[in-house]
Amino acid sequence: MIIAVASGKGGTGKTTVAVNLARVIGSPVRLLDCDVEEPNAHLFLSGEASERETISVPVPAVDESLCDACGECGRFCAYHAIVSLATKPLVFPELCHGCGGCALVCPRGAIREVDRRIGVIEIRNADGIVLVQGLLDVGVAMAPPLVRAVKAKLVPGEHTIIDAPPGTACPVVAAVRGADFVILVTEPTPFGLNDLALAADMTASLGVPFGVVVNRVGVGDGRVHAFCRERGIPVLLDIPDDRRIAEAYSRGKLVVDALPEYRGHFERLLERTREAVRAS
Amino acid sequence: MKEIVVISGKGGTGKTSIAACFAVLAREAVVVDCDVDAADLHLLLTPRVVRRSEFRSGREAVIRRESCTRCGICFDLCRFKAVAAPGPADGDGSYAVDPASCEGCGVCVRFCPAGAIDFPERLSGVWMVSETRCGPMVHARLGTAAENSGKLVSTVRREARRVAEETGRSLVIVDGPPGIGCPVIASLTGAALVVVVTEPTVSGEHDLERVLALARHFGIPAAVCVNKWDINPGMAGRIEALALRAGAGLAGRIRYDVEVTRAQIECLTAVETGAPSAKDIAAVWENVTSYGGTNGID
Amino acid sequence: MRVAFTTSGDSLDAALDARFGRAPRFLVCDTDSGAVEVIDNQKGMDAAQGAGIQAAQTVARAGVQAVVTGHCGPKAFRVLSEAGVAVYTTDAATVAEALERFRSGGLTEARSADVDGHWV
Repeated sequence: MIIAVASGKGGTGKTTVAVNLARVIGSPVRLLDCDVEEPNAHLFLSGEASERETISVPVPAVDESLCDACGECGRFCAYHAIVSLATKPLVFPELCHGCGGCALVCPRGAIREVDRRIGVIEIRNADGIVLVQGLLDVGVAMAPPLVRAVKAKLVPGEHTIIDAPPGTACPVVAAVRGADFVILVTEPTPFGLNDLALAADMTASLGVPFGVVVNRVGVGDGRVHAFCRERGIPVLLDIPDDRRIAEAYSRGKLVVDALPEYRGHFERLLERTREAVRAS
Repeated sequence: MKEIVVISGKGGTGKTSIAACFAVLAREAVVVDCDVDAADLHLLLTPRVVRRSEFRSGREAVIRRESCTRCGICFDLCRFKAVAAPGPADGDGSYAVDPASCEGCGVCVRFCPAGAIDFPERLSGVWMVSETRCGPMVHARLGTAAENSGKLVSTVRREARRVAEETGRSLVIVDGPPGIGCPVIASLTGAALVVVVTEPTVSGEHDLERVLALARHFGIPAAVCVNKWDINPGMAGRIEALALRAGAGLAGRIRYDVEVTRAQIECLTAVETGAPSAKDIAAVWENVTSYGGTNGID
Repeated sequence: MRVAFTTSGDSLDAALDARFGRAPRFLVCDTDSGAVEVIDNQKGMDAAQGAGIQAAQTVARAGVQAVVTGHCGPKAFRVLSEAGVAVYTTDAATVAEALERFRSGGLTEARSADVDGHWV
C-alpha cells in the first residue's frame, strides 16, 4: 500500500502525520521524504544515513569537431538551455530539463548527454523505518527529477508512506502520482480551507482517492468539516490543538512517543485509510 | 523603488499573516502575493478585482486521437513519463499525453512520424490587479497541477512594479512562496531585503540555514524574525544566533498568539484587531523599514 | 557601428532600462549615420526562463556590435561575447545620455557579467 501525505499549504502537520503513521504501521515500512526542498522527516527519526547517492539529470555536451553550427539544437530547445549563433553551441545546464531533444535533432550526432548533479538521496534505517530522503542542492530550481528519483526507491509490496512537498504544483504532482491513497492534511482555518480546496482539486484531477486529516482542531471554525461533508470527502482524523504536540514537534519528538495517548489516534487513521483504500 | 520579500523556508510559520500586517502598517505600498501555488493573502486583504489576465506559459503536447497510428515512438522518447500507452479500456488504442506530467519539451511533437501531435500554448492560470483597504494588490492563481510557477511569480512581480510606478508608490511588499526552489528564486532576486519568518522548532532551524544560504547566493541582505518564539525560547535563541553567524540581521520576535487565527476568521490582520502580538509585529516592521537596502531597482 | 540600448521607450530621450533580459525594447543606434531602429524584446519578456539568453540572441541577430545597458547577467554575457557583441554597463538615466557617454569613450567594455543571473 502506498500512502502519500500532502497538503495545499505548508506547516499544517504533513510531516507529523507522515512520520507518526510510519511509526504505527509496523515494519517493514518505507518512508519516502519527497519534500526535497525542505526535507524534515529525518529530524524526527534516529539513525545515520547508511547509503548516499548523487542524483543527476542528463545535459548536453557538444563535440566541437563534429558540430557544424547549424543551430538546430538551439532552435529546438524549449528552455533556452542550448544556444547556437552560427558558432559552436553554448550550453546552460542549469536551464536544461533533460528531455534529450537536442541530441536527437542534431543532424551530425555532435551532442551526447552528460550528468549534472541536482541533489542527493540518503537512505537510513531508523528503528524499523527505512527513510529515503531527497535533498535538492541549494540554487537548483528543478525538484521533479529528484522527486522521481526518490520514488524510484519504492519497493513494490512494502508499506510505503510518501511525505509530499507542500502546494499543488509540479513537485507535488510528481510525488503523489501512482499512490494508492492520498491523505491531505489541513487546519480548520480560512487559510486551511482555501488550500484544502486546491489540493483536493489537484488530487482528484490525478484520479487518486483521498481523505483528510484536520490538525489543530479547536483553533478555528467548522468550515473545513462542512466542506468535506458537502464534497463527500472522508475526514479520517481530527488532531486536537494541543500545545504539547507543538512542543514535542519543536524538539523533534514523535507525537506517538512523547504523548502515548495519541497512539490510538494514528492507529485509527491507519485503519480508516486501509478501509478507504479497500473501498475505492 | 524598493521591494521587501517575506519568505519562510518551511510553510506555516505565519509568513502570510505577517506580510499582511506589513501591508497594513506600510499604508503606501503595493502588495504582491507570490505564493501562487497556495495563495492566501487575499483571505486577509479581501481584494476587489479590477483587472484579470490569463497567464499562458510554455506549451503542451496534445495527441490527436484520429491521427495516431499507435507506433509508440512518443511513449519511448518521453523522458517525463507523460505519455500513457493505450490501456485495455481504450477501445481505439491511441496514445495520450498527461498534461500534468508534460514539461513541454516538444520531443514527441517533433518525432511523431504521423504528425499527430499538436503543441498549443498552455493556459496555466490567471493573475489579477485588485484594490484593497491598504492599497493596490497583485495576485494570481495557478491552475492546479500547472507548471511554471516561477514565471507567474516573475509576472506578478513585474506587474506590481508597474503599478507602483503608475501610482507613485516607492515600496512593494512581497509575500513569497515557501521552499528554496524556482518560485522562491523568482520572488527574491533583485529585492532590497528578504525578511525570513521562522519558528523555534527543529524544522525551522534546519530550513533557515538553507533559506539564508539562498539569500547569500543572490547577494540579498536578510533579516530573521522568530514567530511564536515563546513555544520554545531556547530554540528561539539558537535560531537567532544561527542567523547572526550566517550574516543575517535580526528583525525581532513575535509571541505565540491564538488571536492571529481569530483575526483570520474575521478576514482581518492581527494589527487591526488589537491582538496581543500586534505590538511585536509593529516592532518588527520598524526594524525592517530601518534596513536601508541598497540593492533595489531605482 | 550599431549599438543596442535597453529601454522601455522608443526614442533617444526615453529612460535607459537597467535590465537586459527583461527590458521591453532595444533602441539600436547607428553611430555613423545616426539612424535609430526599435527592436522588440517580447520573446525575452515572455520567456519562462532564459530571458537573458533570448534577449542576447535577439540583439546578436540584429547585427549589433555593442550593447549598452544597466546590468548584464552571466548567461546573457556568455551569449553576447560568443556572438562577438561588446557589453557596456552604465548608470546613465536616458538612452541619449548613454549614447553620448558611449560616443565620447566614457564607457569601458565589461570583461564579465556584473550581476548574478535572475537579477531582475
